[in-house]
Amino acid sequence: MLSYIIRRILQSALVLLVVGLVAFAMFRYVGDPVDTMLGQERTVEDIERLRENLGLNDPFFVQYWNFLQRAVQGDLGISYRQGRPVVEIIAERLPATLELAAVSGMFALVFGIVLGVFTAIRRDGWAANTIMTLSLIGVSLPTFLIGILLIYLFAVELSWLPSFGRGEVVDLGWWTTGFLTQSGLVALILPSITLGLYQMTLIMRLVRSEMLEVLRQDYIRFARARGLRTKAINFRHALKNTLVPVITVTGLQLGSIIAFAIITETVFQWPGVGLLFINAIQFVDIPVMAAYLMLISVMFVGINLIVDLLYVAIDPRLRS
Amino acid sequence: MALLEIENLTVQFPTRRQTFTAVKDAHLTVEPGQIHGLVGESGAGKSTIGAAVMGLLDPPGRITGGVIRFRGEEISGLDAAAMAALRGKKISMIFQDPLTSLNPLFTVKQQLVETIQEHLGLSDAEAGARAIDLIDRVGIPNAKARANQYPHQFSGGMRQRVVIALALCSEPDVIIADEPTTALDVSIQAQILDLIKGLAREREVGVILITHDMGVIADTTDVVTVMYRGEVVESGPTARVLGQPEHPYTRSLIAAVPRPTVKLHRFPLIGYGGRVTEFKIEDLARNWPQSTAERGTPLVEADGITKRFISKRALLPSNREYFTAVDGARFEIRQGEVFGLVGESGSGKSTIARMIAGLYPVDAGAVRFEGRDVTATARGVPDWYRREIQMIFQDPYSSLNPRMRVDEIVAEPARHHGILQGLALRDRVAELLDRVGLGADAGLKYPHEFSGGQRQRISIARALATQPRFLICDEPTSALDVSIQAQILNILKDLQEHLNLTMLFISHDLPVVRQMCDRVGVMKDGKLVEVAETEALFEAPQHGYTRELLSLMPRLDGLSDEGLAVA
Repeated sequence: MLSYIIRRILQSALVLLVVGLVAFAMFRYVGDPVDTMLGQERTVEDIERLRENLGLNDPFFVQYWNFLQRAVQGDLGISYRQGRPVVEIIAERLPATLELAAVSGMFALVFGIVLGVFTAIRRDGWAANTIMTLSLIGVSLPTFLIGILLIYLFAVELSWLPSFGRGEVVDLGWWTTGFLTQSGLVALILPSITLGLYQMTLIMRLVRSEMLEVLRQDYIRFARARGLRTKAINFRHALKNTLVPVITVTGLQLGSIIAFAIITETVFQWPGVGLLFINAIQFVDIPVMAAYLMLISVMFVGINLIVDLLYVAIDPRLRS
Repeated sequence: MALLEIENLTVQFPTRRQTFTAVKDAHLTVEPGQIHGLVGESGAGKSTIGAAVMGLLDPPGRITGGVIRFRGEEISGLDAAAMAALRGKKISMIFQDPLTSLNPLFTVKQQLVETIQEHLGLSDAEAGARAIDLIDRVGIPNAKARANQYPHQFSGGMRQRVVIALALCSEPDVIIADEPTTALDVSIQAQILDLIKGLAREREVGVILITHDMGVIADTTDVVTVMYRGEVVESGPTARVLGQPEHPYTRSLIAAVPRPTVKLHRFPLIGYGGRVTEFKIEDLARNWPQSTAERGTPLVEADGITKRFISKRALLPSNREYFTAVDGARFEIRQGEVFGLVGESGSGKSTIARMIAGLYPVDAGAVRFEGRDVTATARGVPDWYRREIQMIFQDPYSSLNPRMRVDEIVAEPARHHGILQGLALRDRVAELLDRVGLGADAGLKYPHEFSGGQRQRISIARALATQPRFLICDEPTSALDVSIQAQILNILKDLQEHLNLTMLFISHDLPVVRQMCDRVGVMKDGKLVEVAETEALFEAPQHGYTRELLSLMPRLDGLSDEGLAVA
């Protein structure tokens, strides 16, 4: 068990090193930072001096090592555009993205599982069939279109919900939250649905098919023959057995909720890291791009590590 | 008053095109303390009767005629709520496969407590105490500690005990046991049957024992009902029905049971309802390459072969733990003989077969074929040797690719080895399918269109496509009905006789082994404990374990001898 965890952590560390290498390579080889930093009026000596100062004349691996050392200490460089430490900029933006991801993740999980179980139990009912048909729309429409349609309907036509921004936020010093004000909560609704709809349909369809598979198993028949209630059978015995594959996919999807937030954040002008990334690309702000890449990979790796540990918590057969 | 009465029961499965009648006008009564056997081949409707009593018919199945009475009260028309109050409380059920009938994610105690509380409404502590008491009562040692374990930590036999404990949670009056020992080894089977017998004797429980195994019926039941295609064909005290069967179907069923006591040249087949298929293996002999080797000289030699599996993975090799599946097995298989391997599950029989076939690399020792080294390495075995050996597997449902047409399945080995192409290959495939009794047209269909026995014929045709000299049969008939088994075994006997094929025949079924094999090796815990001529082994076993195995074999003395003379 312990060796399993250690192995997983080592694997995660390896993945992060590789991603770090890619991020570093961006710094080093996409454009010349010296070019960007010095103006038109520069001499060859200026360039050489700056190169020496920045450590650009060191061998590749020495530079990579220095980069890693600084990255671990939370120093990811200075934004070319804003002239401020990248970590500071991201820390400002991260709460917005994480709150959005958390709400839409919860939305996807809760509705996905409930609807999945429902459509599996009432397999041939009209309600289940309607949900299944509608869910096809959820998977096939692109995110930005859903966002625009929602804005058109609820913001433009009905004027019920805001069409952009986070609303009023409360600054806790280290974190800005929209959870504590009404306008902040209201502002979360449309972007969360937009971002979570695809994941929700995916989870729903997965839960449904897993559930149908599990309901055919002998232990479900035997549970019924033992006289257990249908509710206990469906929600205790069957649902728990569907969870392992569901967790796998949900883990991956949660990562992509954060990554795909780019599109939703653009549509809703949500002040998160996704929007920051889009702006960074427009202005070739390489330190920000590299930091974003690292951040996303840390989250992906972290989530997958948690997923692997959850497997073990759920399935006793993996513990031995 | 009878505990359970079933009168004129008819169960139908209406579908869009036609209505399938699974059970028709069935009669059956169970008295307290009585074990009532329900026997018949697959599709006979045995399990459907069990499901109908429990109110657990799979949709769209429903009871369309007759009544089921429990203690004189009709239960067949009860609504779902009233039935739920009875199910598991007064009438319990035990399923066939203990490996799949327990939920893998809950401890044994959790599953017991849940069931006890459902029926008896006890507190957590009381229910927990009762759970441990039940575990103890079904004969699981160290009940208190084992209660908190998960199903995968129990062996098959122990899991079936847990299943029985679950069925006993609320002290039911009737237990329906649907093939409770089919998935278990013979020694475990005896223990489980004793447990069920004890329940009937001591607690006056009425038991319906559903099985296809005549040995189990003969040893365990008081009364037996024989079913064929949904109808009861014969019913009566077990000794009478098995000793003097009246109905022709019962007679044909009993005649097809392999006997542990006498060796017959062929299995007698008394056809009933057109279930015997002709096959003509001798016709294959004309085009079969004649072996020049003399009968009786060694063909395959296993020289101390050993296989270890990692049972505990670890980063450091010194921390790894190994499980020795086969430990230095040494034997030879002679030209033209059928060599049997017997033993309980996990004894290493199949591992030996896989090492000889080159599917598992051999960890130590050597395999020789006609004196040439063919020991399997990580890269498998030499190509020429692959052509000479073929395998027939146990499960005809999973050993044929469902997406391939039957003629492609049969042609594949010959095509792979480049032995035949084009028309010649097509002719070979058609001939093989015809000779195993499927007809040449069978090639155009897909595996799902065939029954289990027919699929096993397809497997045999596939194995013969490269004209091998050595055939490995790994439990080739244990998934089949007894009459189908007899036909498949006759085909295999013909292969040996007419084509001079050498075979390794793996089985846990001792009577079958006695009928099929010339010599037998007995496996226990990865070791080959005894090798002997079949008759000598059965008449005068040398090793203690062999004697123990033979003593557990059902004797079937009471079975009618009719039809055996046909051989």
